[in-house]
Amino acid sequence: MTKSFGPQVLRLANAEMAIDQITEGMRREVRAFRRKGGVLGLSGGIDSSVVAALAARAFGGDNVLGLLMPEADSSPDTLRLSRMAAEAAGIPTTLEVITPILEAFGCYQRRDEAFARVVPEYGPGWKAKIVLPSVIDSDSFRLFSVVALAPDGRSIKERLPLEEYLQVVAATNFKQRTRKTLEYYHADRLNYAVLGTPNRLEYDQGFFVKNGDGAADVKPIAHLYKSQVYELAEALGIPAEIRSRPPTTDTYSMPQSQEEFYFSLPYDKMDLCLFAVDNGVEAATVAEAIGLTAEQVARVFMDIQAKRRVSAYLHAAPRLVVEE
Amino acid sequence: MSVHTADTRTIDRAVRQFLADNFILDSGGADLGADESLTQAGVLDSMGVLELIMFIEQHFGVSVPDEDTLPKNLDSIARIVTYVASRLTRGGATSD
Repeated sequence: MTKSFGPQVLRLANAEMAIDQITEGMRREVRAFRRKGGVLGLSGGIDSSVVAALAARAFGGDNVLGLLMPEADSSPDTLRLSRMAAEAAGIPTTLEVITPILEAFGCYQRRDEAFARVVPEYGPGWKAKIVLPSVIDSDSFRLFSVVALAPDGRSIKERLPLEEYLQVVAATNFKQRTRKTLEYYHADRLNYAVLGTPNRLEYDQGFFVKNGDGAADVKPIAHLYKSQVYELAEALGIPAEIRSRPPTTDTYSMPQSQEEFYFSLPYDKMDLCLFAVDNGVEAATVAEAIGLTAEQVARVFMDIQAKRRVSAYLHAAPRLVVEE
Repeated sequence: MSVHTADTRTIDRAVRQFLADNFILDSGGADLGADESLTQAGVLDSMGVLELIMFIEQHFGVSVPDEDTLPKNLDSIARIVTYVASRLTRGGATSD
């Protein structure tokens, strides 16, 4: 197998069969919960668009609701592409602008207070995001920095100390948790189940907020590598503009790639590294396939294992401390 | 409290105490090998590294610049001790 290691190892044997298997599983699990359909948040990205299309096939479009939940920092494309995905899937949508809820929580204020402690000039009109150093460029610990963009175009980058890092993340987590609260509101109102949209990379590596986008009743694509989600997207007729949109977190006021925020590499290479870790493929073999050195791939492997250790908490259900 | 000398035994003791106090080591850190990787042993994750940096900066009064946040400086007790001692010797103190 190692001789032919490359993107082909992830290719689905038959996309239509995979779709049938998933939609059958969705019907089975949702029926087991005695729910009648599914609710999901639409982000205009590939994962939620695919889950919307799968849900429409599983339950019929009339038994699925897509929620559009933009906020002040959302990309202008988010709403348009989310509507496009819903239309392609044939499901109705409801618009819930969550900015006022986030303001009431103090989401933006708490986040900006933390940014301003690190970048004292930070204030109204500034934009910011948090970024990680590349695993590829050096073996330094992956510690977050804030990148702040002044209204006059100046850019400032500073390492985030522990307290500020935690406050920024805690504040922005209001976004995912608010969206999930609304998903459950509509699910309860309609007697539907909440459909989660993580792919295998996100699910395995803990790229989600506990009790935020990590919460759901059913996770239909959590077993699929992101490359496989793209395969399904094509088979499901997801519009090309959505399929070609670069994955983004859409969480901060400055555009932020998933590599800056979480993953070591673009998704297609991350998929192969994750597969390699789980199937005992050596770093040197992967390196040849994805155009990196064996040392760089070894660092990615270590990052994968480190994220698994951290994500154990994110996956954990509440624990009872005394068993009877 | 600041340490202004490169007394490696004092640094070692302080680092072990910090690890024991903050990372729930049943042994109190006594059986952690000086050269054992703290990340591989599951003692430090990336948030733990941030805590360690904050500890070094506050306790020893030396700054840890971005370019020094490398495993070769911070991923074992021995490496931390050597790094802190060298920062103290080189005068990397942030303040008195």
